[in-house]
Amino acid sequence: MALLEVKNLGIVFGGLHAVEGFNLSLEKGMLYGLIGPNGAGKTTVFNLLTGVYKPTTGTFSLDGVKLTGKNPVEISKAGIARTFQNIRLFKKLSVLDNVKLGLHNQVKYSTAEGILRLPRFFKSEKKMNEKAMELLKVFGLENEASTLADNLPYGKQRKLEIARALATNPKLLLLDEPAAGMNPSETQELMDTIRFVRDNFDMTILLIEHDMKLVSGICEEVTVLNFGEELAQGKTSEVLNNPEVIKAYLGD
Amino acid sequence: MSLFKSNKKIVSNTKNNLITYAILLGFFAFAFIWAQTGEMPRKIQNLLIPLCVYSILAVSLNLVVGVLGDLSLGHAGFMCIGAYTGAVFTNIFETVIPNDFIRFGLALIIGGLFAAIFGFIICIPVLRLKGDYLAIVTLAFGEIIKNILNIVYLGVDSEGLKASIDGTSYNAMLLEDGKTIIKGAMGITGTSRDANFIIAFVLLFVTVMASLNLINSRTGRAVMAIRDNSIAAQTIGINISKYKLIVFTIASFFAGIAGVLFSHNMNSFSASGFDYNTSILILVYVVLGGIGSIRGSVIAAILLYALPELLREVGEYRMLFYAILLIVMMIVNNNEKINDMKKSFMMKFKKNKTVSEGGKN
Repeated sequence: MALLEVKNLGIVFGGLHAVEGFNLSLEKGMLYGLIGPNGAGKTTVFNLLTGVYKPTTGTFSLDGVKLTGKNPVEISKAGIARTFQNIRLFKKLSVLDNVKLGLHNQVKYSTAEGILRLPRFFKSEKKMNEKAMELLKVFGLENEASTLADNLPYGKQRKLEIARALATNPKLLLLDEPAAGMNPSETQELMDTIRFVRDNFDMTILLIEHDMKLVSGICEEVTVLNFGEELAQGKTSEVLNNPEVIKAYLGD
Repeated sequence: MSLFKSNKKIVSNTKNNLITYAILLGFFAFAFIWAQTGEMPRKIQNLLIPLCVYSILAVSLNLVVGVLGDLSLGHAGFMCIGAYTGAVFTNIFETVIPNDFIRFGLALIIGGLFAAIFGFIICIPVLRLKGDYLAIVTLAFGEIIKNILNIVYLGVDSEGLKASIDGTSYNAMLLEDGKTIIKGAMGITGTSRDANFIIAFVLLFVTVMASLNLINSRTGRAVMAIRDNSIAAQTIGINISKYKLIVFTIASFFAGIAGVLFSHNMNSFSASGFDYNTSILILVYVVLGGIGSIRGSVIAAILLYALPELLREVGEYRMLFYAILLIVMMIVNNNEKINDMKKSFMMKFKKNKTVSEGGKN
């Protein structure tokens, strides 16, 4: 059975069909690309899958659990994590705290235990620190643990967002334009990181990207969206050579 | 090795908190010793408890404004609930519980709890609002609380409690042997003055400690995450409503405690004192002390509350000095150049210290 099963997903804003009849079936461990011209509805699909928007039609389920209509918190707990196109870090908090927030539902203690500094506070905080540092190490951010997230260079902010998403212990990771604003060498490094995450965390990854080098480099399969509808789907190399797809990107 | 780096931040946090506690204890020791010598003018002695009251209010409001990032303009309302419930309790049980200390302790708990309950209830509709709208609604709730308590009559006689919102019908209800506790717009008179500076300071210290512990915990992190980016906070599984309710309730609880302290330091008080101006006054302490800075709130509350009282001698120029102080504090807090100077001064200070320590060795 597929890990993520999306059937006929759609949303209408006023009269605009932002996404219509979107289908997707992701096997566990897949690295899947979602591409398309600007305004094609890619990020809207992510917003639907994370509960930020409620779909008007269709259903989706993760690991056989139906998630349609659930709110973002429930969906996060069910195992979908994401990053954002325009980075959304907790800017006034440290790098370490950002990752510890990802662990919010993994390591728990109550508000009272925190205020009264009961033993579980110290135990849990220690556990959180260790786990968070492990993750930061994976992304080479361990030396910046106490830096404010806002003060990180751009590339590292992107990495931190991925680290925070992974901290929630997801089954499926959604990356929204992870290479946006990166230079070729940073993009190359990012590709290695994404592969590493897939292999070492046993992760299924769905990503939106405009950088075709990255898409053809790491995605096994892709779906192309255009005007909210699916234009093509299949093996990356085949889809990218599809004349319809080239036309959608470059025009007639 | 890597863990060491992460601990550094935790250490610097604890160090920062210790400085706050040290400043508080220093303030207490200074005031206490000065009072013990008998040299302290009456005017300043009378200021000590209100200073603690307004510091507690500023710290608790800072949890909402600075840590959660929601502008609340109804903080005086929660103080009002605490003041009334605490004072009513003390008046009813004055003869039943003769021990001042125990009775006042119970009054504090009851006042705090009632304020917390109201904070919780008021927060529910407020949850749906943001920014200006939230500010307006909290302002309205603060005024509603004040205005309702302004018309309440409450008394106790041999038949039990008697309450009404109409003075004449209340007078008709109350028996001969009755004692009026809340007298409409006249408020509550003759509450036993159980508050003293030591209790007030202990409560301030507890409030500061609880607030700092809250900020540096899982809950505090979640709350600050909501402040920094609520959409991201949701997608990593943080329940926004839950944490907003927690912060509002805790802040109201401490405001209620401040209210009880306030009411047990007054011969008489009425609801009209807990108006919009008081809420704004507390907000001014929070903003000028630095939004999100607990230590700043305490310092600003102490300075800004004490100054106008001490300046009474210069008569009508008093508010002029107050305004100048506000402007100066604003400039000092928000000027980049001054902040840089402050930083480099601190660096120099640290360097000198290490050098002199090295010399000793």
